[in-house]
Amino acid sequence: VNAPEHKVVTLKPASEPRGVGARLPFVDGIEKVTGTARYTADLPAGGALFGKILRSPYAHAELLEVDISEALALPGVRAVITGDECDMPYGVIPIAQNEFPLARDRVRYIGDPVAAVAAIDEVTADAALALIRLRVRELPAYFSAAEARQPNAVPLHDNKADNIERALHNDFGDTAAGFAAADLVREDNYQCAEVHHAMMEPNAALATYDAERGHLTLWSVTQVPYYVHLTLARCLKMEAAHIRVIKPFVGGGFGHRTEALNFEVVCAMLARAARGTVRLLMSREESFLAHRGRPESHIRMKLGMTREGRLTACEAEVVQRGGAYGGYGLVTILYSGALLNGLYDIPAVKYDGYRVYSNTPACGAMRGHGTVNIRFAFESLLDSMAAELGLDPIEVRRRNLLQAPTDTINGLKVMSYGLPECLDWVEAASGWQARKGKLDRVGNIGRGLGMACSHFVSGSAKPVHWSGEPHAVIILKLDFDASVTILTGASDIGQGSSTIITQVVAEVLGIDYSRIRIIANDSAITPKDNGSYSSRVTFMVGNAAANAAENLKRILVAAAAKRLAVTEAEVDWLGEAASSLSNPDKQISFADVAEEALVATGTLTVKGTFTCPPEFQGGKQRGGAVGSTMGFSYAAQAVEVSVDLDLGKVTVEKVWAAIDCGFAINPMSVEGQVQGAIWMGMGQAISEETVYENGHHMAANMLDYRVPTIVESPDIEVHIVESIDPNGPFGAKEASEGPLSGFMSALAAAVEDATGQRFRALPITPVHVFDALNKKPRVAKPQAESAQGAA
Amino acid sequence: MGRYGAKSIHLLIVGDPAIILRQSSHQGAPVKSILRLAVNGKPREDAVAENALMIDYLRDVLGLTGTKQGCDGGECGACTVLVDGKPRLACSTLAHSVVGREIETIEGLSRAGNLSRLQRAFHEHLGSQCGFCTPGMIMAAEALLRSNPHPGRDQIKVALAGNLCRCTGYVKIIESVEAASCAVEQAP
Repeated sequence: VNAPEHKVVTLKPASEPRGVGARLPFVDGIEKVTGTARYTADLPAGGALFGKILRSPYAHAELLEVDISEALALPGVRAVITGDECDMPYGVIPIAQNEFPLARDRVRYIGDPVAAVAAIDEVTADAALALIRLRVRELPAYFSAAEARQPNAVPLHDNKADNIERALHNDFGDTAAGFAAADLVREDNYQCAEVHHAMMEPNAALATYDAERGHLTLWSVTQVPYYVHLTLARCLKMEAAHIRVIKPFVGGGFGHRTEALNFEVVCAMLARAARGTVRLLMSREESFLAHRGRPESHIRMKLGMTREGRLTACEAEVVQRGGAYGGYGLVTILYSGALLNGLYDIPAVKYDGYRVYSNTPACGAMRGHGTVNIRFAFESLLDSMAAELGLDPIEVRRRNLLQAPTDTINGLKVMSYGLPECLDWVEAASGWQARKGKLDRVGNIGRGLGMACSHFVSGSAKPVHWSGEPHAVIILKLDFDASVTILTGASDIGQGSSTIITQVVAEVLGIDYSRIRIIANDSAITPKDNGSYSSRVTFMVGNAAANAAENLKRILVAAAAKRLAVTEAEVDWLGEAASSLSNPDKQISFADVAEEALVATGTLTVKGTFTCPPEFQGGKQRGGAVGSTMGFSYAAQAVEVSVDLDLGKVTVEKVWAAIDCGFAINPMSVEGQVQGAIWMGMGQAISEETVYENGHHMAANMLDYRVPTIVESPDIEVHIVESIDPNGPFGAKEASEGPLSGFMSALAAAVEDATGQRFRALPITPVHVFDALNKKPRVAKPQAESAQGAA
Repeated sequence: MGRYGAKSIHLLIVGDPAIILRQSSHQGAPVKSILRLAVNGKPREDAVAENALMIDYLRDVLGLTGTKQGCDGGECGACTVLVDGKPRLACSTLAHSVVGREIETIEGLSRAGNLSRLQRAFHEHLGSQCGFCTPGMIMAAEALLRSNPHPGRDQIKVALAGNLCRCTGYVKIIESVEAASCAVEQAP
């Protein structure tokens, strides 16, 4: 009954490559170029109330009273909520939850949410905010890690008397012996300014509370809907089963959205309080205040090296200004130490890390989580020492390569390692031997070349919540219409995860791309996923997708055998068709196979999973799981700069980058990820920096926070090295984070080649270069003086 | 007042609600008057608040949400539309200041369901990753190609200098515009 007629029979496999290895446009690309893609702020919200958040004007204060009585009485106001609405602290790391969606008792940075309103329109919401009265007792506020660590400093959080959220001391191998065996030991200090994701889409949420059922639905810009779901259940004290979280199109994340953020919980609480629908659109400024970016870091790096350039020992101390709340902080400080390993062969590594609370917006995960700043320090010092020993920068790296498979001294597994090939390509493509140190100065323009290496994990082998579930789950649905629908919880935030998953399924089944649909990120429909962070999706969800497709294929081959009246071994699976090996002329279409497969069972849903085995989950030491992964990506890059020696302006002319991503499921997408990563590194290297004056964010917009424009952005040539990882889907590993962290030191080396000056603080702005070239170190203004202008 | 308010930092300083209400409305409702213009080739006549920004008119009144707001005003270029063929930031333009003019948004580019040459090039060459800057980027590039059908790289860079992208590093955006400039507009 109502069965479709199967008149069209495709007797050949699809002519164009539709599976892995193909340069395919994104499956959701047409919506993006036509403007029909709906992001959270674009969702139809007729009748929704207008939400708005009141933020603390104080950097650090006891909150004595939040008087909302007048605001509540204003006509058109439907709800006003304060910290009283939620007494459950939340945070992404279960053992470090110390943030409330709306502040209770204490505000800890300028911009900390203290109250929120839902009103019939924006004007009323603004007026209601203005009617809320705060009574506070101000406390001393600390805007640097050093200030917060002073012996008499007031603790931001009661359980950390010294304002140190996490101190970490690791010692692997015999560093003392390593330094003793070295011919050259050098130590230097490096400094990195705080940087922010500045994803293009500002934060936004839409929440509907069904008062009759007591059910809540939230649409948000998240990278990890699952964390948001858990956080809503926790903070609103609702059953998770009564909550539905949907992720629409998302305009980038880069780590900003890997934690549940306060505005998402506030939007849900407002909807419940108003018993209706609330839309909460954050301004760009508010998105900056939600922060979660890379922390300001002070790094002391010490390396030992033989005359031949062999590393003998590494000792590093890192101090990170973490901001007001825990967030991902303890993971960041752990990553920073763990990923000193895994790139080169170093016999001994000692690491001391300090994550410090401060009265600034909380830091968190940002592309290259934890590795970027310490990689800048390491590669920079490696270069300086090679120069002192008269060794070529590429050569010194070649002398310290790993050999896969291997285990690092801190218990990380390296299963595939394409770094040697990356170095070879970068050396040849950049004309390194002929040009390094030999580029002529043209008038007042100095020119130089520099290079560096870097790496990153393909997802953390141990998830944040160890629930015993697989790391990833994919569901495939095959129905009467002979279409295959992929259901995934993996968040496509623009990195192309839906495309990669679709390519994997198309490859395994051999069917046409157009037969496949993908539905992502609706907790009512799609399986739970651990989210889009630490470059886990291609590796883990890709493996789960391949597993699901193989499971479905087995069913389809059995059905084809039945329809063709042959054994399964005799079935020649052609994807869009099937035939028997003994009689190739007799073919049946995919639709015929699907029809047969549904006999007596109906709609098929098939699951695939992926789990990282325990042996990949890191060392036994405390925090040893951080940095563990089944596959490290490797990258090498060379950067060419020109420097205006009069003005101090650094221009990046060209970048050559090689990435070992294991296998490129979509080479065009890999190129796009590498180019984006390197370019983001360039922003941190030459211009990006959050600036706080007396706790006020002075660069909370896209003009003062200097994201590079197209005019100052170079050509970035990408070369893909395929080391075929033994565990990745078709051998694939990550491609989008590893290349970032090599950029800063490659640029610093290039600037040194051009000017003779080595810069050890980021960003390398024209002011710093000018001062260095003119030997005029600028004296920092005392804090109190610069603060006066900020009122 | 724009959706995000002019400067939300002002919210940090407790203001006078009476002044906020008085500045923004008249007896609780904004003053509206008739706005006549053309959007994507269609003449329109709408009652629009006199202080409405073009971006809010396009998104909230007409439902044309392809035009994005990525900043608090004039910083990022995501809201770029064409006014009489010239690129303009819809977030910094009063709707009533373009009376009688021809407005084009990303929704007006495709014809009979087919992608325009720029839309196709951005799609096929991955000039778009997260897609949030894409409508503004394509509209700015559209204005460029109309006045200069075969621009060089430097001309492309100058024309798109006001459009920020955070995903691509711009390499594939430039390649997309170059590909479009070589392509023949596909007949619907």
